[in-house]
Amino acid sequence: MFLNPIRWYHTLGRKKFFEFLILIVFILFFYGPLLHMFMLAFASKYEVPYVLPTKFGFEWWKYVLSQRSLVSSISLSFTIAAIVTVLSLVICLPAAFVLARYDFPGRKMVMLSFLIGNAFPHLGLYTSIGIIYYKLNLMGTFLGVLLIHMLGSIMLMVWLPAGAFRSIPRQQEEAARDVGAGPIRTFFHVTLPMAWPGIAVAAMFTFIASLGENQGTLLVGLPKYRTMPVEMYGVILDYPATAGAVFALILIIPNIILLLLMRKYVGPETLSKGYKMN
Amino acid sequence: MTNEVKLEIRDMTKKYKNGDGVENINLMVNKGELITLLGPSGCGKTTILRTIGGFLDCTKGSILIDGRNVENLPPEKRPTAMVFQSYNLWPHMTVYENMAFGLKLRKIPKADRHKQIMEMLELVKMAGMEKKYPGQMSGGQQQRIAIARSLLLKPDVLLLDEPFSALDAKIRSQMREELRKIQIDLNITVVFVTHDQEEAMALSDRIVVMNKGCFEQIGTPAEIYDKPANRYVASFIGDMNFIERSDRTIAVRPECIAINSSGKEELAGVVRAVMILGHYTEITVDTECGIIRSFIAGQDAVSFHPGQQVTLSYTKAHEFFN
Repeated sequence: MFLNPIRWYHTLGRKKFFEFLILIVFILFFYGPLLHMFMLAFASKYEVPYVLPTKFGFEWWKYVLSQRSLVSSISLSFTIAAIVTVLSLVICLPAAFVLARYDFPGRKMVMLSFLIGNAFPHLGLYTSIGIIYYKLNLMGTFLGVLLIHMLGSIMLMVWLPAGAFRSIPRQQEEAARDVGAGPIRTFFHVTLPMAWPGIAVAAMFTFIASLGENQGTLLVGLPKYRTMPVEMYGVILDYPATAGAVFALILIIPNIILLLLMRKYVGPETLSKGYKMN
Repeated sequence: MTNEVKLEIRDMTKKYKNGDGVENINLMVNKGELITLLGPSGCGKTTILRTIGGFLDCTKGSILIDGRNVENLPPEKRPTAMVFQSYNLWPHMTVYENMAFGLKLRKIPKADRHKQIMEMLELVKMAGMEKKYPGQMSGGQQQRIAIARSLLLKPDVLLLDEPFSALDAKIRSQMREELRKIQIDLNITVVFVTHDQEEAMALSDRIVVMNKGCFEQIGTPAEIYDKPANRYVASFIGDMNFIERSDRTIAVRPECIAINSSGKEELAGVVRAVMILGHYTEITVDTECGIIRSFIAGQDAVSFHPGQQVTLSYTKAHEFFN
């Protein structure tokens, strides 16, 4: 009665039934691998003839967390992500504000120029950056790694806050001036708090992107700075799949938590506001 | 209201890059007076208000408050307070925080601040709303808070830029009455901008009728209505019939047109329509000078019907020479 697809077909109608099928395929396609990884991470005993693990537990978690190099990569990744987010905010917010509020010749070109970093294959970009880095002695330095990470987030960090600044009605700032606040106080008490949700979304994406950055860090940071994604290469080659799954989950969990926290603000509206050019 | 001049605009000109703007504006506003700038959109009334508030620089001329030139002061240093059409309140602050912001900047001690805010909320009938966020209130409530926030700072001149135009008709007239009452009670000087002539008539001590960046007439509501200075004012304020003669135009209010009674300047015509509009009846008459509208008290209008031959006379008329 409940498992017969013919009954489903007639209950849902033809169109809905196929939509339903597509949805199922979609879910399997996207969540299947994730689920599989979850399963692997908690599989203590998983041997050949069995489809599912025969014993679940935290054995591999203990194993991964006992590997000193892996644990230090976790703390390095989070440290870098936090510093990159703060630095990006400091550098990009003023730029975003100017781009949102002042019309100067070439404004659109400046906006578009942030796209260029994302318009080429990264590896090519990093190769030429590498040449400059050698000249400036940035190769293998912490600053070098930070710069590479910030490069990837500039576009989002400028465009999204610019969109947020642009959507604040000027009268709200004028009202603050009117009651006696100077331009700077107006910015910190009215403009910035009102743009904050958009800025927070950009900061979140920057944090997540920095956690996931691998190519650049691999080229610039090795051998001294091994972040989680960089270690991942080694983990895939040298450790059993179950250890890899644990490590991947540790990498994913903060992303999921951040996305859940910011769910209210991360929407098509915030994003489209940021990508408006005028 | 006294004869002490609170605000003076001298020979002020503000031109925008595209050539729009206002020219040679002269205006004196007395202490405790409510003056309205009235005109169609784009006539420059908001421009004048914003130059008083300090949001626009004048191209030339000066603005004096209590005899002191304020023209070079930024908005935060001017003794004016402005209420905008919308987007007045800061959405990330509660009503209380919105109202306290300006007082904090003036370094008023916390206890005084609290007392003043509570009194002001009482005055605008919004007591108990202090913990709400602007988004949780209706447009009318938000405007009350916006006015309260401005009044709290005891401005020398209160500037209102079409504050009620986003509200629906019933709340608008109620707010109008309350504003007028508060303004008289506190004896504050107000410059009010509107495109709604009814609002201007109801509120103002004096009205400035504007057109294309110039003042057409300044006067009390009664003067503006009864003695329009020119054809533009006559057509902009209230209903008006215009009867074209060779060298002049005769303007007559519909309530000044009498039907079938002996008066001067008789005009023959045929009744076109009779519309009962409550306490009065509107009768439109086809004449050689076009369609003439007449407002007749209810009981006097019962004898008229469409198609009837009538003669019109006017009890009061204005003449404008072409």
